[in-house]
Amino acid sequence: MMADAPFRILPELTDSNRHFWQGGRDGRLVFLRCQQCGYYLHPPTPVCPVDRSKDIAPEAVSGRATVTSFTVNHHQWIPGFDPPYVIGLVSIIEQPEVRLTTNIVHCEPDEVVIGMDVRVVFEHHEDPHGDIWLPLFEPAAAPGDTRA
Amino acid sequence: MPDRPLEQNCAITGIGQSAIGRRLGIDPLELTLDACLAAVDDAGLALSDIDGVSTYPGMMSAPRGFSGAGAVDVIDALRITADWHDSGAETSGQLGSVIKACLAVGAGLADHVLCFRSVWEGTAQGTAGRASVGMGGGGSGFYASGFMQWTLPFGAASASCWIAQYAQAHMHRYGTTPEQLAQIALNARRNAALNPNAIYRDPMTMDDYFASRMITTPFHLFDCDAPCDGATAFIVSRRELAADLGGTPVFVEAVGTAMRDRPSWDQIHDLTRTVGADAADQMWGRTSLTPADVDVAELYDGFSFLTMLWLEALGLCPMGGSGPFVEGGHRIARDGPLPLNTHGGQLSGGRLHGYGFLHEACVQLRGEGGERQVDSQPRVAAVAAGGGNTCGCMLVSTLQ
Repeated sequence: MMADAPFRILPELTDSNRHFWQGGRDGRLVFLRCQQCGYYLHPPTPVCPVDRSKDIAPEAVSGRATVTSFTVNHHQWIPGFDPPYVIGLVSIIEQPEVRLTTNIVHCEPDEVVIGMDVRVVFEHHEDPHGDIWLPLFEPAAAPGDTRA
Repeated sequence: MPDRPLEQNCAITGIGQSAIGRRLGIDPLELTLDACLAAVDDAGLALSDIDGVSTYPGMMSAPRGFSGAGAVDVIDALRITADWHDSGAETSGQLGSVIKACLAVGAGLADHVLCFRSVWEGTAQGTAGRASVGMGGGGSGFYASGFMQWTLPFGAASASCWIAQYAQAHMHRYGTTPEQLAQIALNARRNAALNPNAIYRDPMTMDDYFASRMITTPFHLFDCDAPCDGATAFIVSRRELAADLGGTPVFVEAVGTAMRDRPSWDQIHDLTRTVGADAADQMWGRTSLTPADVDVAELYDGFSFLTMLWLEALGLCPMGGSGPFVEGGHRIARDGPLPLNTHGGQLSGGRLHGYGFLHEACVQLRGEGGERQVDSQPRVAAVAAGGGNTCGCMLVSTLQ
């Protein structure tokens, strides 16, 4: 686990979700995508719900998203994972109906608003069953940010 | 659709509840059987008359306390000779089990179906205070799987974390205020004060509400229902058999089961319109009654905001307009035009998980509410249970 990362309950890696939870190794947010019609499939599924194609492959998206809703959580649900923290529901810009429940990070909770632009940032967790890179999201226009 | 929807061949002829409490420490099957036997007795039936059993969710892998007994547990314990039985969680919310019983009776598979819902979440939580009933996990060596893999790693461990986001979206879109949301909890507490079986009966002011700790914005503690121990049961009978039983039958006028959006907590199309609206639309399409005919509303409040969504879904107020509708609490009070959650709901009455609303609807329609009985002699009740991605609703009445 990264030195500054909190305790997290990690997802169980399977053949159908590995692309998503380990895509962050290369800094990429990856979804399954129908190679026939271009639809992103989330959660992962073996058949495209639009055209029923099985021609599906993992593809990276830009990592940019907007905040569809959020809640500032104050209750300690998980020992070791301390509130307050912001739980957000973000929509990826490539296909807004694809939503991720995530955390909005690198800003104060009262700075989060519905509709704000965010971008992915990964939190790496080492694990004997396979490392996990959790996709979190930060304001797209972070103050003092010098990255492109 | 058939000329006459099958559910209209049915009546609720008996209702029963066990003791209800925060931590009763009673065997959950015993609680379940208490409610079942009370319902059979209330209907004026003998156990030998019961030929069907239905429950939600039945024997499933679930958090401790979520299910007190399966259908087969009750069948065996009471030596019921069942011509039909069913259970499961993949249905139209908790009421799905009652709705399925109506269909079985309507189809002639059974004459008198015993329906029950049993919880013991209070005792299951032990002495850790009013803790949440998690949906899985925690601790080293535990990994999140299934739907929870998408939420638990981010600390979104409870339905409160998901439904709070529906409420935030509603506030953002329609200008709904925290004070309006509070009215659901305050109304429930006022009604619970008159319900001897309710969990929380002490008066609660708006200040008390806002002083309670924040769980996850905008939900304070009192926006979340109170886990408890208790069981509720009904007898769904063939309508023409009801008259001979001597009690006041509550007729099933229409049911709603539709779930047209994605069956998901976070991928649903519109966070401010959960799938309850689909069930409600379908229900109104199966009856000549309209929202204007509803005398009392018993609408699920696992979280306060879900009641507001149901008010909108059922057309009891405009879509998006639940905030102004409940403003001040007058319209939803027992002496108002639409008495709401007259037993205290799950927020103050206890989390009987859906069945408590149908029970209270029957109590009110039968005029047996005692101190909390609404004065207007209600004849039609709207009942809804669930929220988010699993919802069902019923319209019940004493109209002949």
